Amino acid sequence: MEEKKKTEQKPQPLQSTQMLKKVMADHFYELDEASKTGSRKIAWCTSVGPAELLRGMGFLVYFPENHGAMLGASRMATELIPYANQLGYSPDICSYLTSDIGSYLAKRTPLQKTYNIQSVPKPDVLVFNTNQCRDVKDWFSFYGREFNVPVIGVYTHRSIGKIENYHLQDVAEQFKALIPTLEEVSGQRFDMDRFKEVVGLSRRTSELWRACLETAAHKPSPWTFFDATIHMGPAVVARGTKEANEYYEVLLKELKERTEQGISGVPNERFRVYWEGMPIWGKLRSLSDLFSSLNTCIVASTYCNSWIFDQLDPDRPFESMALAYTELFIVRDEEYKEDYIKRMFEFFKFQGIIFHDAKTCPNNSNNRYGMPERLSKRLNIPCLVINGDLNDLRCFSEEQAKTNIEAFIEQLEES
Amino acid sequence: MYFVGVDVGASRTKVAILDGEANLLGFDVRRSGTDFQKSSREAFEAAKGSLGQSDFSCVSTGYGRKNVDFAGESKTEIACHAKACFHFFPYPITIIDIGGQDNKVIKLDEKGRRISFKMNRKCAAGTGAFLEEMSLRLNIPLEEMDQMARRSTSMVELGSYCTVFTATEVLEKIRQGKKVEDIIKGLFLSVIKRALEMDSLTDKVVMTGGVVEHNPYMVEMIREITQKEVLVPPHPQLAGAFGAALFAMEIHRQQIKGDQK
Repeated sequence: MEEKKKTEQKPQPLQSTQMLKKVMADHFYELDEASKTGSRKIAWCTSVGPAELLRGMGFLVYFPENHGAMLGASRMATELIPYANQLGYSPDICSYLTSDIGSYLAKRTPLQKTYNIQSVPKPDVLVFNTNQCRDVKDWFSFYGREFNVPVIGVYTHRSIGKIENYHLQDVAEQFKALIPTLEEVSGQRFDMDRFKEVVGLSRRTSELWRACLETAAHKPSPWTFFDATIHMGPAVVARGTKEANEYYEVLLKELKERTEQGISGVPNERFRVYWEGMPIWGKLRSLSDLFSSLNTCIVASTYCNSWIFDQLDPDRPFESMALAYTELFIVRDEEYKEDYIKRMFEFFKFQGIIFHDAKTCPNNSNNRYGMPERLSKRLNIPCLVINGDLNDLRCFSEEQAKTNIEAFIEQLEES
Repeated sequence: MYFVGVDVGASRTKVAILDGEANLLGFDVRRSGTDFQKSSREAFEAAKGSLGQSDFSCVSTGYGRKNVDFAGESKTEIACHAKACFHFFPYPITIIDIGGQDNKVIKLDEKGRRISFKMNRKCAAGTGAFLEEMSLRLNIPLEEMDQMARRSTSMVELGSYCTVFTATEVLEKIRQGKKVEDIIKGLFLSVIKRALEMDSLTDKVVMTGGVVEHNPYMVEMIREITQKEVLVPPHPQLAGAFGAALFAMEIHRQQIKGDQK
């Protein structure tokens, strides 16, 4: 009975969540105000798009992928996706795209309930980077036609092994080529000093975010992947701002205190697991509870790590941005990715890897070319693949996933 | 004292009762229906038969494992199939379980530890549900399929992943004048292909699940296709329940050990 009681213990919530809510709310209120009054120009930007450049040129920056995640987490996505399907956007393509376009068509957004904001802010310009996928360009092109505003962007290299100078020169030149359009839309001249300042701030956001994630190397880990997917909000939408950096100072302090006091993300941590692939946004709570009941902490993930841009350097802003955005896991070849996960294995000391095969997100589903099998041999740990999706819950079978996860933890118990 | 395993599957509920030597004392198989508690209780009572009242220890498994109120613990069906198969075949094996809605491929090492397992993806193509659907469409009782497939002289190959589209394909084959027994053998091959494409096999293969219990011809087909040694435990449909009962025995013995300390 003693054992059972322990299992049912609830993890202690993070105190920083209150401040997180305020940072996120302020972000949306500021955008809403600008959208209504025209006080500031608004740029929409892909999650790993050139946010530093946009902020440096005075834009407020809005991230539709963050809105996509909110649509998923609020479980509105599955109802909204069919609106986009009707327009010819296939259920097989990015469900952030389809749910976000569905949200626009149905005039329903989680911002209404959460912040009493009626709609997402109107864009003055849409800026993408295809490092995530081709879908982001298709997504932004839809809104470019709807709002009749320019759609500009950067085309990434893919399957990169060793990063070569020509990769970096190309991407840096593409960043620079965005400036004339941005100057025209903003009505302001590009200011190198302001840009450098934002790059410096953004680097600081990255350093702090990395430090937060690395606290999970401690046994027991002070938090879980599920916590981190929520707390990464400012690293995505507010990187390069003082507010984000202040927030991560607070979060880091709390996480360090938790490690010192032995407060863990899951009660009685027995197993440590790595998550590879997208979160299943609509099932964060139930999956978090399931792993918690199995005394298993998902200590690290490629996903949360993907907003660490260590290479940003205010003295070489264009070149370092090109490097930071080319070093990304998502644009690298299989060998690099496997070496990367091996480094994570050595650092976070996990006993297994769960790959999420997201139906509509091939670029973040790294199980499809035999990687789990290869890594399992190389690291001598088991890997599990679960089928699902980031947003489209029609692609997720809860009972199947649960049985798979429980059987996986049984397997860890046996070994 | 006896040991009970209850496997509440998506389609059938199975109960196996073992004595302390792992001899099968009684068993039952019935439709799971919608009230898992009721069907598991009824199956347990039926399996007990004339065993009479005695202390028992029970472990549940399967899709409805959390609904068995007389089970002390639950284990996943992956663990239970592995347990039962290694009991009968104690060497490195690959288990292929074809269930009502789930297919599983489980690999065990020489000590019976799981090396890996895979379950079918979102879709139930190639499971028992596929044959049930075809039995309805073709108006041929499930229990007659095995004999009919054996009579096939020229198998009809079917292409689609999808159960519903396969039904359309089958109707088209009938219109073309293909023989029903040849189509049924084609359906069997379709089930086999879905299972075999899930994972690679090791030298020795063990098959479990209701589909091979009722269609032993499928085992012969797999032997021919894979050229491997394909083994089948007694009552392959009971493998999950049998493994659960073995877990019940193990847990009971650990408790006794614990008490003695």
